[in-house]
Amino acid sequence: MSAVPATIEGFSGARRAGEIRLPQVIGDCLDRIGRLDSEIGAFLHVMDDAARREAEALQARLDRGEEPGPLAGVPIAVKDNISVAGHPTTAGSRILEGFVPIYTATAVARLRAAGAIVIGKTNLDEFAMGSSNEFSAFRPTRNPYDPERVPGGSSGGSAAAVAAGLALGALGTDTGGSVRQPAAFCGLVALKPEYGAVSRYGLLAFGSSLDVIGPMARTASDCALLFNAIAGPDPRDATSRAAGTPIDLASLGGEIAGLRLGVPAAWLAEGVDPEVRAHFEQAGERFRSLGVALVPIELAEPSACLATYAILANAEASSNLARYDGVRYGYRAPRVERLAELYTRTRGGGFGPEVKRRILLGTFVLSAGYYEAYYAKASRVRTRIRAAYDAALTAVDAILAPATPTPAFRLGERLDDPVAMYLSDLFTVMANLTGRPAVAFPVGRTRAGLPVGAQLFGGTGSEDLLLKLVHRFTGGEPLALPERCAQEERP
Amino acid sequence: MSYEAVIGLELHAQLRTRSKMFCACSTAFGAAPNTQVCPVCLGHPGVLPVANRQAVELAVRFSCAVGARVNPVSTWARKNYFYPDLPKGYQITQYERPLAAGGALSVTSEGVTREIPLVRLHLEEDAGRSRHPERPGETRTLVDLNRCGVPLLEIVSAPALRTPAEAHACLAEMRLILRYCGVCDGDMEKGSLRCDANVSVRRRGAGELGEKTEVKNLNSLRSVERALAAEIARQSALLAAGGVPETATALWDAARGETRVMRTKEEAPDYRYFPEPDLPPLVLDDAWIAAIRDRLPELPAARRERLMARWGLRSYDAAVLTADPELGAYFERVAERVGDAPAAAGFVTSALVGALRNRGREIADCPVAPEALAPLLERITAGQLSHTLAKQALEAMLETGQPAETILHERGWEQVDDAAAIAAWVAAAIAAHPAEAAAYRAGKTALLGLFVGAALRLSGGRAHPRRLQEAVRRALASRE
Repeated sequence: MSAVPATIEGFSGARRAGEIRLPQVIGDCLDRIGRLDSEIGAFLHVMDDAARREAEALQARLDRGEEPGPLAGVPIAVKDNISVAGHPTTAGSRILEGFVPIYTATAVARLRAAGAIVIGKTNLDEFAMGSSNEFSAFRPTRNPYDPERVPGGSSGGSAAAVAAGLALGALGTDTGGSVRQPAAFCGLVALKPEYGAVSRYGLLAFGSSLDVIGPMARTASDCALLFNAIAGPDPRDATSRAAGTPIDLASLGGEIAGLRLGVPAAWLAEGVDPEVRAHFEQAGERFRSLGVALVPIELAEPSACLATYAILANAEASSNLARYDGVRYGYRAPRVERLAELYTRTRGGGFGPEVKRRILLGTFVLSAGYYEAYYAKASRVRTRIRAAYDAALTAVDAILAPATPTPAFRLGERLDDPVAMYLSDLFTVMANLTGRPAVAFPVGRTRAGLPVGAQLFGGTGSEDLLLKLVHRFTGGEPLALPERCAQEERP
Repeated sequence: MSYEAVIGLELHAQLRTRSKMFCACSTAFGAAPNTQVCPVCLGHPGVLPVANRQAVELAVRFSCAVGARVNPVSTWARKNYFYPDLPKGYQITQYERPLAAGGALSVTSEGVTREIPLVRLHLEEDAGRSRHPERPGETRTLVDLNRCGVPLLEIVSAPALRTPAEAHACLAEMRLILRYCGVCDGDMEKGSLRCDANVSVRRRGAGELGEKTEVKNLNSLRSVERALAAEIARQSALLAAGGVPETATALWDAARGETRVMRTKEEAPDYRYFPEPDLPPLVLDDAWIAAIRDRLPELPAARRERLMARWGLRSYDAAVLTADPELGAYFERVAERVGDAPAAAGFVTSALVGALRNRGREIADCPVAPEALAPLLERITAGQLSHTLAKQALEAMLETGQPAETILHERGWEQVDDAAAIAAWVAAAIAAHPAEAAAYRAGKTALLGLFVGAALRLSGGRAHPRRLQEAVRRALASRE
């Protein structure tokens, strides 16, 4: 059995060299999912037949000398809160059990137009509300580096799928850190593009003013390839915008000496795990060795960001999730007599505890008499956070910060403590409040072997700069696959 | 104790777009239930709204027509509530910053014209339609989402109206402006124009407004007037009995002729409005707004003025011809070809409209062109044709499509002014009424009309009216 290359770049090179044939390699990929995923739980739905058919069709085109696109044949996993026509899309919720959408998200359609093969839908915290994937209504996802630990969330299934080598790249969604935090926990590079750079059409909304679809992969180059495929304005999304010219992959290896990175020193005082802190400081040293200057800067308090985020995201979520009412699709409570009963029993039975908690909080902050004190004030704070952030970026090219306060935690550890769970997003939510791009990337592993990630924040349109910094930092190399998965590779 | 009412109207006008407010589905009326729907208007998971430019343009056009200030930046909001015909669980509307504010319209009621200010105009999407069980045996409520997402312009007047008749006139004028601008077809029966009315009653001369009732389900001009009269009576009776009306929402029951309170202030829902994150603010370019304003058609008030000034019409005829723009246009084409425009207005609004109505036709499909009607009217003006014969000739023209000349000639309806012929009819008429002739000669000259009428009948209506009258007078005088 031939090994599936570890990166999209490697895959495409092998494909162009005629070393792999798509039906074979996609078949291997699906077999690997079959062997490994019962333990990991990365996928909620594997598109076995569809993926095999697409591989055959794409290989036939390649054999005719056609070039189906830069991602030809690349197996990609898609988070299950992104719509793919004809396949179940549940957002990890019982309330959408059995729901099969009739349209495909723009980002997925664009991936396919670039030749990618969508191999399955990945597990997530219900409606992307969570930081561990334990709030999936169907099953938790385990971290491929340590199955006793969470992969992070809410794009934990996408992260675990790529980290375990079950897909070469994945789409996640990031409302408060949901591609970056799991990327940090699973040793991946994940890009949270600027708000609007990738169409949200087909993304099951959580916090509409914060949500963005982002690529997750093993290297910066792979993220750039995926980003190039999915970015750009979409007439179906009024908040989408021109994302500038595609990232030139050759430029990722360019010079970074002379760039200035701001470091919010105060953030490191916020209960950061000593090992994470040590790796973060080493990462700073590595950037210095590459000629990058590190400059201490002031930024908004992470806790203030988290509070602002919680109010705005939950307010929007309370409205976005109103459509799941059992009237037209998805779960409907059986044997109801009256309308009010249809609503309360469908929503009461269909939503999990975290989703209900957030709907309640969001409904509260929008209610008459409380709107001004919460939602309106949070909106104003958001404007100030954004202004302060953009001001800070006039003095530096990007901001370097930890991705998470701790490495991956154990399953069950924070399940009964919502606040501890929310603190996983402490360092990530700022990028959603500002709407600016951010990237998480691996900076090392703890003594126990858990990946540690850091983050870079940039100004408007800085996706290319951020990925270039990551590319140079990592030397373009991915973190090694988890030993258990790597061993499985050659039986 | 004497009371007075304070009334404000809230209109929802369906904009005449081909597609819905936020998706590409058709807005055509009358399709089979749930056939004009798509993932966007069905509120499927993950879909997004995109604003319809044509709807914005129509709303701006109406705003300009009533002199409202169009805001260069307006914002969208979500109005949250649960109902099966509201698929998303919220309605996209405008709240904090509406499309336009201010403006006014001139309303004439019972001979008095007043300016009624407008408060705001904003865009929103319609909900679907729920059909509740009506007949025995029906147990289910059915939902039709064809209408869901249809673009609406909400128009809110100031509480400046005083009587049900004035509210009626205000609604009629609003509808006329909507139609003139091509913004809304104004068809209340089909629901493309709907009206709610806020009404409060206070002691005459009192400064403060009372608590208001919002009366819903007013789906005709007549319902507005009747419902308001009923609600004003209800609140007045309550005040007279020492009670105080409280803020409430009431439904008009046309069959029973009464308003029924649906809910009071305490039961009012909390809609949790907040800015719609899926739609950026609506930013309108000044030049674009100005271009729309410049292209406004002639509006009803201007047309009434012009009809009076240019053609010398009475205000009543001008109003009738303005109320039906097609009729007005027809009239003007006639008026350009005749000497007596006011007479033509009378003939068009009464004889022509009546004849068409008897045939179940509209002016738009009138088989007699204005150019063909003009010669007939010219004959009346020249005294060559009686009004009675003219109406008969019109009927024949509508029936056969032949020109007036041909019909009058072939049917022998051309006027007879030959003195000998007229003298013969007059002589016969007098001979038939010897007693009356004697009385006339004895001084009872009021009997003149009797002889004229009799002689006219003998002529089959053809005798020249003035000459006939002169001949009768002469004949009765000469026998003395």
